[in-house]
Amino acid sequence: MTRTEVKTAVPGRVQTRPGRPGWWTARRRDHLAGFLFVAPQLAGTVLFVILPLGLMFWYSFHDWNVLAGGFTWTGGENYGRLAQDPALPGVLGTTAMFSIGLVALNLSLALVLAILLDQKLRGTIVFRTIFFSPVAVTLVAWTIVWRFLLQDDGGVNGLLSTIGVEGPNWLRGETTAMVAVVVVQVLKNVGLNMVLFLAALQGVPKELYEASTIDGAGAWTRFRRITMPMISPTILLTSIITVVGSLQVFAQIDVLTSGGPGTSTTVLVYYLYQNAFQFHDFGYGATLSVLLFAIVLVLTVIQWQMRRKWVVHED
Amino acid sequence: MRKPARILLAAAAAAPLSLAACGGGDEGPVTLRMTTWSASEDHLAMLSEIADAYIADHPDVEAIEFDPLPFEGYTSTLTTQIAGDNAPDLAWILENSAPDFVSSGALVPLDETLSGTDGYEYDDLIPAATELWREGDELYAYPFSTSPFGVFVNNDLLAAAGQPTAAELIASGEWTWERVVEAGAAVHAQSGVDGLVIRDFDYSGWDNLSTLWTGWGASAWSEDGTECGFDDPEMTAALTFMHDAVFAQEAMPGPGTTADFFAGEAAMTVTQISRAGLLAEAEFGWDLVPLPAGPAGEYSVIGQAGLGVLTVAPHPEEAADFLAYLTNPENSAKLAQYFPPPRESQLTAEVLGQANPLLTPEQLQTVVIDRIDAGVVKPGHTGQAQLDQAVRAALDPLWTPDADVAGVLAELCTAIEPLLAQ
Repeated sequence: MTRTEVKTAVPGRVQTRPGRPGWWTARRRDHLAGFLFVAPQLAGTVLFVILPLGLMFWYSFHDWNVLAGGFTWTGGENYGRLAQDPALPGVLGTTAMFSIGLVALNLSLALVLAILLDQKLRGTIVFRTIFFSPVAVTLVAWTIVWRFLLQDDGGVNGLLSTIGVEGPNWLRGETTAMVAVVVVQVLKNVGLNMVLFLAALQGVPKELYEASTIDGAGAWTRFRRITMPMISPTILLTSIITVVGSLQVFAQIDVLTSGGPGTSTTVLVYYLYQNAFQFHDFGYGATLSVLLFAIVLVLTVIQWQMRRKWVVHED
Repeated sequence: MRKPARILLAAAAAAPLSLAACGGGDEGPVTLRMTTWSASEDHLAMLSEIADAYIADHPDVEAIEFDPLPFEGYTSTLTTQIAGDNAPDLAWILENSAPDFVSSGALVPLDETLSGTDGYEYDDLIPAATELWREGDELYAYPFSTSPFGVFVNNDLLAAAGQPTAAELIASGEWTWERVVEAGAAVHAQSGVDGLVIRDFDYSGWDNLSTLWTGWGASAWSEDGTECGFDDPEMTAALTFMHDAVFAQEAMPGPGTTADFFAGEAAMTVTQISRAGLLAEAEFGWDLVPLPAGPAGEYSVIGQAGLGVLTVAPHPEEAADFLAYLTNPENSAKLAQYFPPPRESQLTAEVLGQANPLLTPEQLQTVVIDRIDAGVVKPGHTGQAQLDQAVRAALDPLWTPDADVAGVLAELCTAIEPLLAQ
């Protein structure tokens, strides 16, 4: 009787096969397979994220006039122009106003809706679907419909007139246009944050509420002392997503107001688009992109650092 | 999964990446690409027919592709293609982009190619039509469409409001802006539909208002482009007139209100004759007449579209040769089916009538032929995109009922003077 010896691979030890070069080890094979598996994703990230990001910085140091065919190194000239751009303070102010309005309205509305839909009442599934469905609608289609609704003789004012209210010309007034753009954007995306909040609310242990009720805590105290701390990680997540999203708003502005009336809704991304794609000044457009990148980075880092103070289990 | 199989699977997943990196060569007959903003099947079929005939005689050109881009954002898309090293060989160019394209060196000069082409009849091109597309003596784009603005009139709506038709007003010498607005206000008061729409203005495309203010002798800026004209008395008078027409007389729709003449929602509209096709199935009586006279007398405004060869085109020589073929007298007559040509010999009611069967020879003569020579082109300036944006933003405060017209226009000039000086 012959006995066959079976070699078993020992983790962390190099195995070699007879007749094969010594460097072609199981570990190397595993590494190669791993790299090949992630290659498509890695290539996509390099091609569509890292490379454009690098090119954006590169372009920002150039004067690139597409029509004239000029692409010349100008060093920090575009950054000097950025510092002296008379339109930029107004644009940044508009961007801040839009972001603050959007984030405040979106998060508070999402939380209120989530709390309401967390109740054990009939029909909540229907309402969840209704509030979430705009998330699945194409952004431009959603915005175009709202553009018609918000016209002077549109559906919104038609509805207001039935209760005797004469609505404003929403998209032609500086304040009303900003309000309209914020509300249209909030209604589009509030469902996403609502679902996230709802999941967080349903994850709060019921025992905590029971114990606090026995201790005599009222509804507001339970919300402030139990609900808010327990869903604080989700509040952090949604606030980061919403802040970043608010700084990237473009299609809504383009479709609804084209940055007007005047420049009252010209946010940073739209201003960037105007410079690069309408004024054919890609170099300065890239510089504005760098500014946007820096703003998003700083805000995200601040939020991330602040989590230690107000997110439970992060201290 | 066994390791060799796993490696093969991973390699298969990564393979498309390496294949995608492979490209082809660029030898032999070339393929030309031309961008347009018309996706009309009729337009593209006509262009393809001309292209096929050209390819048959030119073995160095393998194919000619027509690439319709959306009109909205056309110039942005085109410049993005250029920036992305994907420039077309030939491109339609909007008149408001003409100064930028012509002065920047973005286009190949055409004089030598056109005048050197047998039978081209270069001198047949009307100087007024080519002026916008020249820098010095050199022509940089061919104005394949030169179309005056006129007024389409819904005679039924005018009659219902007890107003005379446009033809009657012309006959009695009353075809003036003042009378037009009066008639428009009467229509609005009687039926609720809008009286007069300056098409494509929509409180954003302000250059379309040149169809009105030219009647007052106003212009957006001086002829050399260095001085703002918006605060001139003529412009103030013209825009005060329009402001009253919108907010006091309600003869024109206000901001945020849309009205489509061709759907019967307005009594009159100022637009180009190429829109006549929209009236093929109109269920109302209509007419096309010249622009009304303003305080400065009779006038005309023309809209244009150019065709140029891009300097950064992959095949500029072949493209220029094709442009010469596409716009020679024979093919120009074919193009005239849809686009009024810049050739004097072809600006006849007969040629244009073939293209516009809905229009009478008299309409073509009075609105198109008689008006092209004296027509003022819509405002255009180097750096037009910035100016366009700055003027639009500065004009916005004008479109409120209690606006201070002179004050808004003075501020507008302050805003655009740095741009005009560039």
